Amino acid sequence: MDKKISHKPSDIAPDGFIRKILFFGIKKKNKNSLEKRFRLSEFLAEKIIAATSFVSFAFIILIFVFVFREALPIFSGYTDKQSVISDELEQETYGDIPSESSDEADRHEELHQSEEPVTIPDLLSTTWQPVSLKPKYGLVPLFMASLKVSLIAVLIAAPIAILAALFTAFFSSKWTKEILKPSIELLAGIPSVVVGFFALIVLATWIQDMFGLEYRLNAFVGGVALALSVIPIIYTISEDALSVVPKSYTEASLALGAAKWQTALFVVLPAATPGIFAAVLLGIGRAFGETMIVLMATGNAALFSLNPFEPVRTLSATIGAEMAEVIFGDTHYNVLFLIGALLFIITFALNAIAELFIRRRLMRKFGGK
Amino acid sequence: MIKKRNIIGALVVGITGMASFAVVASIVVIMVNIIAGGMDTFSISFLTESPKEGMTEGGIYPAIIGTFLRVIIMTLVGVPIGAVTAVYLSEYASSKSKFAQMIRFAVNTLAGVPAIVFGLFGLGFFVQFVGQGMDYALEGGSGLRWAQPNLLWASLTMALLTLPVVIVSVEEAIRAVPRELREASLALGGTKWQTIRKVVIPNSFTGVLTGGILAISRGAGEVAPILFTGAAYFLPHLPASLSDQFMELGYHIYIMATQSADVEATSGIQYATTMVLLFCTFSLNFIAVVLRYKMRKKMH
Repeated sequence: MDKKISHKPSDIAPDGFIRKILFFGIKKKNKNSLEKRFRLSEFLAEKIIAATSFVSFAFIILIFVFVFREALPIFSGYTDKQSVISDELEQETYGDIPSESSDEADRHEELHQSEEPVTIPDLLSTTWQPVSLKPKYGLVPLFMASLKVSLIAVLIAAPIAILAALFTAFFSSKWTKEILKPSIELLAGIPSVVVGFFALIVLATWIQDMFGLEYRLNAFVGGVALALSVIPIIYTISEDALSVVPKSYTEASLALGAAKWQTALFVVLPAATPGIFAAVLLGIGRAFGETMIVLMATGNAALFSLNPFEPVRTLSATIGAEMAEVIFGDTHYNVLFLIGALLFIITFALNAIAELFIRRRLMRKFGGK
Repeated sequence: MIKKRNIIGALVVGITGMASFAVVASIVVIMVNIIAGGMDTFSISFLTESPKEGMTEGGIYPAIIGTFLRVIIMTLVGVPIGAVTAVYLSEYASSKSKFAQMIRFAVNTLAGVPAIVFGLFGLGFFVQFVGQGMDYALEGGSGLRWAQPNLLWASLTMALLTLPVVIVSVEEAIRAVPRELREASLALGGTKWQTIRKVVIPNSFTGVLTGGILAISRGAGEVAPILFTGAAYFLPHLPASLSDQFMELGYHIYIMATQSADVEATSGIQYATTMVLLFCTFSLNFIAVVLRYKMRKKMH
């Protein structure tokens, strides 16, 4: 660019008019070259970066496709391909508990010949007995269990988390805030297997002693433990929702003579309701999909009951506990993938609804007041 | 009247304060219990020995190494992809572009998928599909090397799970880079890519670090996705290649607490293992919190 400018005027040594024309031309040319200049490195950088960011999207599609792909065969019965696979991998099991699982594998191998495709009414029955002479794949008790445990968890977690969020937003002094916020982050950082372990070894005994329960591990213990992992989510999003309520609301209320707690409870809390509702939905979604805690703390018996103090086996725990012992391509294997697909859909729907509420809240914030 | 109002006010403050206290107390209770249970068994040799006597004695050395290897591979794969995605979302994508919206939607969805579904995906996609393909291509379909759970598949599954964590925290860091710096670079004739490379990324390095650390802490504690993509109950030797299975801290806790022959006898080992895992994730989170705090301070 510089070269072009430098040699031309000096060669010609132009007078004012020519110089004007020349410069006019050069300027124009320069402008064009700036706009249209093609830089390979820039082009490549942008394309590569865009392509890499596409990975996330590609994998969402792949997750969808592959989880559903393995789930679908139950509706169509056995295809040739699958029986080949399961023959090849006859004794291939995922557990490393050889004694039990090889027994089960043998039993499966016998059953495997006579199995028929599972029908929708089968899935809607109330018995889950995947390993028996006549396996039953009723998902209803598992679904009920997930619902039960998640509800218990959210019923415990939501009040605590929302009240704590109110406290941080209105009543806490600076130093309590500085303890509370990192504590919540720490709580969120506790691995679920640690919470599960704590529930299994310590919490279960406490709760059993406290209520004099018949079963040590039950839905309630699982729910309490799950609440620990749900609190950070509900707290963070509720606090966020409370903090975006316009300052003018608070000021108007205080100016009218309302006390701080009245402002908090009757002005800010209602204004933040959609956001808090979203927080609770996300909490339910998290509780529904959580595996390790329920796997360790709920007793894992696929009972069909509404009693919160009986052992349950949730959807996620069923996958976690049984996938290790099934044969590839087996009906049981496919049903477990179907459960995974169900979990995927349910959490996806809950997140989508929550997103909707959060967005509405933002619209209210940025749109007209 | 005013008195009644004050009483209710004090009550409201009291109740919300109690809820906050309950949260803090629950963490303390968990930590105290686990440390009290694990302190007796814990020692340096616990960290450096292999399990002995049918896992009723000895240490957790192979589980530590397994977790470490898994986390390293996961980070090597996940953090670059996540960081680049964050660069795209914050620097290149306009908020109106359909492509960017698609990516954002994908990241949000990925963050909401339950861990166990990642496990199923890892089994269905990596182990069964990619693994079988690799076996077919590399070993002529005769051997069974890649089409079974192993270190590589578990790490990749975990990288996918931690991707949203990395993206969110790197994006936050990139947004914290002041506009003036970018404009100064562009005004000096720097191109967009030069600006990103020489100004934006060096200035958001802390964020990339934080993202990596958070991902590691999340990944180190998550067990559900590796239940059937590579973790093993007990192995007499350390994993020697990517296609080997491995022992893992979280999985070790799960298996010892639920499936071991004599749960009572190994109680000390369980507590001590939990203590080690908890210590790792807590210290990682603590570093991340400090880094983020510094970053935000710099921003204001």
